[in-house]
Amino acid sequence: MTIMEPRKHGDASDGMVGGRQTRFEGQLKVTGAATYALEYPVDGLAHAVLVQSTIPAGRVVSIDASKALAAPGVLMVLTPDDDLGLTVATDWYGNRPENQPYIPLPREVRFNGEAIAAVVAESREQADEAARLIRVSYEEAPHVASLDDPKAGEGMVMDNLSSAWGDAEAAFAAAPVQIEAEYSTPREYHTAMEPHGLTVKWDGDQLTVWEPSQWSHGMARTYAEWFGIPYENVRLISPFIGGGFGSKGAVLAYGAVAAFAARKLGRPVRLAVTRPQNFTSYGGRAATRQTIKLGATEDGVLQAIVHRGASETSTYAVWPEQTGAATPILYKVENFSSQHRVVPVNTVTPGALRGPGKNPSAYGIESAIEELAYKLGMDPLEIRLKNYADRDYQSGKPWSTRRLREALTEGAEAFGWSKRSHAPRSMRDGKTLIGWGISCGTFPVIQAPSEAMIRILGNGRVEVVSGAIDMGQGTYTILAQTAAEVFGVPVSQVDVKLGDSRLPGSAIAGGSMLAGSILGAVHKAATAARDELIGLALSDANSPLRDTGANTLAFSDGRIGVQRGEGPSLTLPELMAALGRDELETRRNTLPDGATAQEHHQAWTTMAKVQGPTMGEYSMHSWCAHFAEVRVDEDFGTVRVSRMVSAFDCGRLYNPRLVESQWRGGIIMGIGQALLEEGLVDQRNARTINNNVGDYLVPTNSDIPDIQVISVGVPDYNASALGGKGVGEVGIVGVAPAIANAVFHATGKRVRDLPITLEKLI
Amino acid sequence: MRDFSYLRATSADEARQAALQAGAALLAGGTTLLDLAKCGVVEPETVIDITHLSGLGGITVDESGATIGALARMGDVADHRDIRAAFPAVAESLSLAASAQLRNMATIGGNLLQRTRCPYFRDPGAFPACNKRNPGSGCSAIGGVTRNHAVLGTSDACIASNPGDLAVALVAFDAVVDLGTRKVAVDDFFLTPGDTPDRETVLQRGEMIVGIGIPASAAARHSTYLKVRDRQSYEFAAASAAVGIEFESDGRTVRDIRVALGGVATKPWRARAVEQALTGKILDAESVEKASRLAMEGAVSHGGNRYKIELAPRVVTRAILKMAQNIGVFA
Repeated sequence: MTIMEPRKHGDASDGMVGGRQTRFEGQLKVTGAATYALEYPVDGLAHAVLVQSTIPAGRVVSIDASKALAAPGVLMVLTPDDDLGLTVATDWYGNRPENQPYIPLPREVRFNGEAIAAVVAESREQADEAARLIRVSYEEAPHVASLDDPKAGEGMVMDNLSSAWGDAEAAFAAAPVQIEAEYSTPREYHTAMEPHGLTVKWDGDQLTVWEPSQWSHGMARTYAEWFGIPYENVRLISPFIGGGFGSKGAVLAYGAVAAFAARKLGRPVRLAVTRPQNFTSYGGRAATRQTIKLGATEDGVLQAIVHRGASETSTYAVWPEQTGAATPILYKVENFSSQHRVVPVNTVTPGALRGPGKNPSAYGIESAIEELAYKLGMDPLEIRLKNYADRDYQSGKPWSTRRLREALTEGAEAFGWSKRSHAPRSMRDGKTLIGWGISCGTFPVIQAPSEAMIRILGNGRVEVVSGAIDMGQGTYTILAQTAAEVFGVPVSQVDVKLGDSRLPGSAIAGGSMLAGSILGAVHKAATAARDELIGLALSDANSPLRDTGANTLAFSDGRIGVQRGEGPSLTLPELMAALGRDELETRRNTLPDGATAQEHHQAWTTMAKVQGPTMGEYSMHSWCAHFAEVRVDEDFGTVRVSRMVSAFDCGRLYNPRLVESQWRGGIIMGIGQALLEEGLVDQRNARTINNNVGDYLVPTNSDIPDIQVISVGVPDYNASALGGKGVGEVGIVGVAPAIANAVFHATGKRVRDLPITLEKLI
Repeated sequence: MRDFSYLRATSADEARQAALQAGAALLAGGTTLLDLAKCGVVEPETVIDITHLSGLGGITVDESGATIGALARMGDVADHRDIRAAFPAVAESLSLAASAQLRNMATIGGNLLQRTRCPYFRDPGAFPACNKRNPGSGCSAIGGVTRNHAVLGTSDACIASNPGDLAVALVAFDAVVDLGTRKVAVDDFFLTPGDTPDRETVLQRGEMIVGIGIPASAAARHSTYLKVRDRQSYEFAAASAAVGIEFESDGRTVRDIRVALGGVATKPWRARAVEQALTGKILDAESVEKASRLAMEGAVSHGGNRYKIELAPRVVTRAILKMAQNIGVFA
């Protein structure tokens, strides 16, 4: 896939790393020329539709598919009676059980909305209608509907997520000022604009999958293992993704169903997961609950934090939504204790949704610290600065970079925080109560190796080639900028190919790790290609630069020549022509030298080589401070966010325009989380009943105010090769507590369970 | 979606005739029909496209009132200058409804016939019991998640709320639904569920809405529609109110006041008790607040929708006071 020439504007520096280059693929998207997974024109397509369970727990006794099979156009019905012959694949960390069958359409029902059958027909409409004719007999079993279900119990402690130092309980008991409160967050969903689904085609034992993917290599590997074919036989293609937010990093049961059906039918199959089915085909953010106790001195010095949290998981897998993730690293505290539990309920296994862990965790600690500030009569900004963490008290390591103080002070300055009046309900405009709130946010720097290829063509075009993906965050653009900078050419001379598992390996686009990882590889490959070109230019008999006596060459303004412009200079195509080369290709990765083929495979297709934030000498994180203004109608309880100022330390910004867009996107999702988003679960059958975008509310444009974002970061070369820290996840972290804090300031009411809907305020 | 036959009607009579068949459904903007067909709630055998019928899309306003053709688009009525002047509540109710895209597609006739957003009604696969869909099967909403369900006009058979905005404004101003062969007051057009929640209007098989008429009144000219919801746009009302007021020549005494509620009842709900309490009175905040509470006479909560009983009178109060302020009789 070649990306068309981007629109040019601004000055040339826009095209360098750190420039404000507009979205490289933007024109394709706004003109509708970008092709998404469910749009690929494939001849002879059959269409598959899932049938999901309508009970929360139990067993499929029988499925009567006779009417469906007799319906017009129906080609196949798959049920738990069919042996698909698949094998369980390696998990994210590289572990694989021996010869365990993988059953995407199980007989045991574990949640309401689990796929238990599928219908394949000539058309989507025929498959859909036939799916309605399937009759399922169940044997129901008792269920646990949600975290709040009295039958849910306390769940199990996750020891690896527990953390303690000092004597937190004793220090809390001795503290002259104490607060204790419980906070909860509901199930939340990714609600990406592009629903899930895939188009899949077999040619012999070669499998091609068009599927939106945050991780082309990892997902291709899973297909290969399920079907017992070599990894090289699978090609997963995903050049454009209509939003992922964590939901498109793994293959799911419907992918296995579609690929199996395609193989069995001997023709390509398309499976579109309907919008309601998107709510249970993969997990959203788990519901959470946490209790926080803070002890402090009379002048607001934190003495202890005691945290106890829980999140729901499914009955068949453990996915913790880690409520204690931000709690230990935001403040200086000598006595700390945190414990997290997971509680199995009858739900699809939850998954990663923007800012996993840190997000609900920040809602807890950042609400609690503000409650403490009000109890002390202290400015919420002051209490945060007073308890500023000078190092990471959890790991004991120094921060690599932490400009949270600057985020707080510069954000406060831009917001006009000094004009605040302290007392709740002290700011109003007629019937409208106005409130201001703060929250900090954080997300760890996660590192992983990547690989990239640079190809210089005879016509002077530079290709950047990687299996990395772009789900709207700007991979195309920043890769083009990186290559443009190294070769001293405009970005219009660069082509970027992404989103294909056949292309060089890459880290997952998740955990905010991709940009730092892939730019390191692209920069390394591009620099190597440039060095090779320099070597040829200085040594090749036909090179006009050979006899300049220079020992290196400069690449700038589209020309290659001797440093400081003394002597001849050539354009890239002129040099390639002089060298008689059609192509010069260089491939580099950021694995340790001498890594084996097995280690390569593992690096691109599992999480085995991923490094956490404190695995080196430093503790490395992105940081932010949000300032929110809300307007609350005192009669109606309706909350509108009227202003947001957010200041971020994400290190060096590779493209401030795209980074600002990601930050704003995170903040917008945070506004939805604070005020609107909640999966409503019917306790009687554990079904999410608002499983559509008309009833599961996300913000509209009218709900979003002016959002001012500020960068206070400095390059952090411990965090990544080019000095950036992650930007995608951190934007949402802390938005909900900033708004909840502002709502308290406006109304005097502390809402401790999200979302803050109007009935909680009237 | 099931296959269906498609008929493009060339005259209203042809459409009515075709609509007499069982399993026939009229198609105008399609925003409700397509949505419900995708949910599996409606499975028409014949779809009768009436969008090509002439003479049903007009909007005329004169001294006696407004006549709006059934095929006029929501967006066109919302933006119509004379409607905005003579019936501000009508125009506002439409502007605040749905999304711009839907308003560009959906017609006025279809808008009146939109079905409830009750999630149990919309999910036949998981909730077979629904008296509206399948009479006698029971009500899945009672005992379920009821945040958006009605508190007024409910029965043991059904608590689904009517989701409309326009119909609320229409019922306040005595609008009439024109079925071609007969005319029915909007208030009589909609039915409360009682034992037959499948019967939502008095429309008989083979009948078709051809237009609506709204009589001009001073109260309609001085009217507003106030809609309260968590999301600023594209959400059904938690509670809404259409209010219009006419004062006596003294400029203070209420001669005529109209109050109707949305988002809280099984049909567009005229709050006559509020009107009677305030007619002939001089308005002040306290009396308006007291009278507004009468709007909730007979209200029944089902748990999650309890807040509506508190919220709706506040919406009525605000709307009345806003109109009084606009007219300048009340500071």
